[in-house]
Amino acid sequence: MSWKRRSAFFAVMLVSLMLILAGCGGSKTASAPKSPADSPASEEKIKVAFVYVGPVGDAGWTTSHDNGRKYLVEKMPNVETTIVENVPEGADAERVITQLAEKGNKIIFTTSYGYMDPTINVAAKYPEVVFMHNSGFKTAKNVGTYFGRIYQARYLSGIVAGKTTKSNTIGYVAAHPIPEVIRGINAFTLGVQSVNPNAKVKVIWTNTWYDPAAEKEAGNTLLAAGADVLAQHQDTPGPMQAAEQQGKFGIGYNTDMSKMAPKAVLTSAIWNWGPYYVKTVEAVKNKTWTNEQYWGGLSDGIVDLAPFGPMVDEGTKSLVAEAKQKILSKKWDVFTGPIKDQTGAVKVAEGQKMTDAEMLSFNWFVAGVDGTIPKN
Amino acid sequence: MNRLAFKLEKRLNPSPAMIAIVPLISVLLALLLGAIFLSLTGQNPLAVYATMFGEALGSKYGFTETLVKAIPLMLSALGISIAFKMQLWNIGAEGQLYMGALAATWLPLTYPNLPAYLMLPGMAMLAMAAGGIWGLIAAIPKAIWKVDEIITTLMLNYVAILWVDYLVYGPWKDPKGFNFPFTAQFPGAARLPGLGDSRVNAGLVLAVLLAILLAVVFKYSRWGYELKVIGASEQSARYAGMHIKKKILVVLFLSGAISGLAGMTEVSGIVGRLQHGISPGYGYTAIIVAWLSKLNPLAIVLVSILFGALQVGGYAVQVVGVPAAVASMLQGAILFFVLGGEVLTNYRIRRAQRGEK
Repeated sequence: MSWKRRSAFFAVMLVSLMLILAGCGGSKTASAPKSPADSPASEEKIKVAFVYVGPVGDAGWTTSHDNGRKYLVEKMPNVETTIVENVPEGADAERVITQLAEKGNKIIFTTSYGYMDPTINVAAKYPEVVFMHNSGFKTAKNVGTYFGRIYQARYLSGIVAGKTTKSNTIGYVAAHPIPEVIRGINAFTLGVQSVNPNAKVKVIWTNTWYDPAAEKEAGNTLLAAGADVLAQHQDTPGPMQAAEQQGKFGIGYNTDMSKMAPKAVLTSAIWNWGPYYVKTVEAVKNKTWTNEQYWGGLSDGIVDLAPFGPMVDEGTKSLVAEAKQKILSKKWDVFTGPIKDQTGAVKVAEGQKMTDAEMLSFNWFVAGVDGTIPKN
Repeated sequence: MNRLAFKLEKRLNPSPAMIAIVPLISVLLALLLGAIFLSLTGQNPLAVYATMFGEALGSKYGFTETLVKAIPLMLSALGISIAFKMQLWNIGAEGQLYMGALAATWLPLTYPNLPAYLMLPGMAMLAMAAGGIWGLIAAIPKAIWKVDEIITTLMLNYVAILWVDYLVYGPWKDPKGFNFPFTAQFPGAARLPGLGDSRVNAGLVLAVLLAILLAVVFKYSRWGYELKVIGASEQSARYAGMHIKKKILVVLFLSGAISGLAGMTEVSGIVGRLQHGISPGYGYTAIIVAWLSKLNPLAIVLVSILFGALQVGGYAVQVVGVPAAVASMLQGAILFFVLGGEVLTNYRIRRAQRGEK
């Protein structure tokens, strides 16, 4: 190519790149954060803001939080909500949170772990505002954290996967090797093995939370490697769609993903943030809020299983119901020993329960997982 | 032989007035297109634009935050402009930025007790060296075997990002961080001082000084002149006795070094630690900034601020219910119209005559 033609070629590439980039950000199904129109003006409105890492239409993580927000608005008409979506976890988060505090929001929910430092930094400047950081570990006088024991729902979904697989290979499309994700993979695998000790869970890391194409591709790779059920810890239904297209099965995550892949989705491990958002806003309103580190489970309803698909048989359903009762009884939890790691060494002795601190810093896989975690 | 065929014909002397006015009109047209889109989605475009630019440029806080976004854009775009002058298409600013951030992080993690007067210059030099070497990795095969640098620099971006991920998920993970993917927080001596109580850091001063320096080099130095000659015609440059291979190495090294510096200002000035996703694509946006500035270093300073404002304003308008995609759409539209305008400045459209190809 001559220089000049290359230059023209380059300009075309540049425009295409821009269009692609614009397209990537554009998957939004605009739901404007309008306030519920005309509630009686007698009481002052409480302004509540939400910071989202993905677009509200991701059908996954961010959608689950936005469903919670909608629930909040419905239950408390006096609440006025504002959302900011697609906020990267680097330099931008601190500015977005500051502007929301500056705009008079009284409670700000920051819904991704990368917002931890920015939330703490901004909170120091706005002592009258309550900040709730989702999935992190730092608190301050006006900063609490909240999260859910989704691992319990994952254990239950593992039972379904273990009963469904014929090839005894289950694929797991995983985002980042952090404790939250590792805990989920472990719980799921324990669920699988509780009903099918021969099944293995094969893990692929995508190193992204939100990338519909990459997630689907990772799903296809796992199917090609022999998996006939796919589970996922990702923000979009990409892996479920891969399973649907190849006539295989899947376990969704975040929201009920059966709408996106009706023939594939057996069930989904889902978040139900709404009631917690109502509880928190009410506590702030009644001045009973404290900077707690909330980690609720199945018993609070903050995590759950979505309704089963028609392909799930009654025997499997009753196994799930049984395990659910066991967890709800609180006598037993998913990470109650004996639990072995990948090398076969016993990590949790018979009858022992892992502590929350241990679960929150998980950095090893249980036996039955086929995958690796980057080591220090 | 289609009667309706059109032909682009080169204008011999594009008028200076056009060269100046067309980019401005292009930006206005892009905003107009955005306005049509906004009205179709039920928004009032004027109110949206007012919020957008009001938040980004109208308040002191907003303006300082616009500058925060502009710093890495400026530095990366300046780096890119050096290579582009010579028609070396360095698409690797993103990776060079990541390698700069990585190398800068090594110093405070390894020697946390250094005083600031050693720490900060040390971090800056390491960042520039690492960014420069990342440029060199593409420059060497280019100089020796003419391996296309568009591909190599682009692919090296992914390699750099994976290196950072490897370190923050592995050996450099903060031991007190519950296995979250980031390094320990830097000591105070490794933090670039801010201007006043804002987050604008000393990187801004560096970037502006560098822009002035580059403007002088491009305009008055023999070195800058050679860049242009090689870019325009490699053969004439060779006849004139210029060392093209050496130039490729030096230019891509410098180009990478400046983007590497952007990585240092980001970890040291803004985030205070290395973490996954340190840049939301500054290195790519900077390509657009450099291109729209027509590789003029002083224009880069202004266009970076404009793009910083677009991004800050883009988040600010979400508060009034505008989707996040609007800001990215406007960026794309601006580029589209400016490139289109450039074609019309240099060419005129004419109906093709019979027998013409």
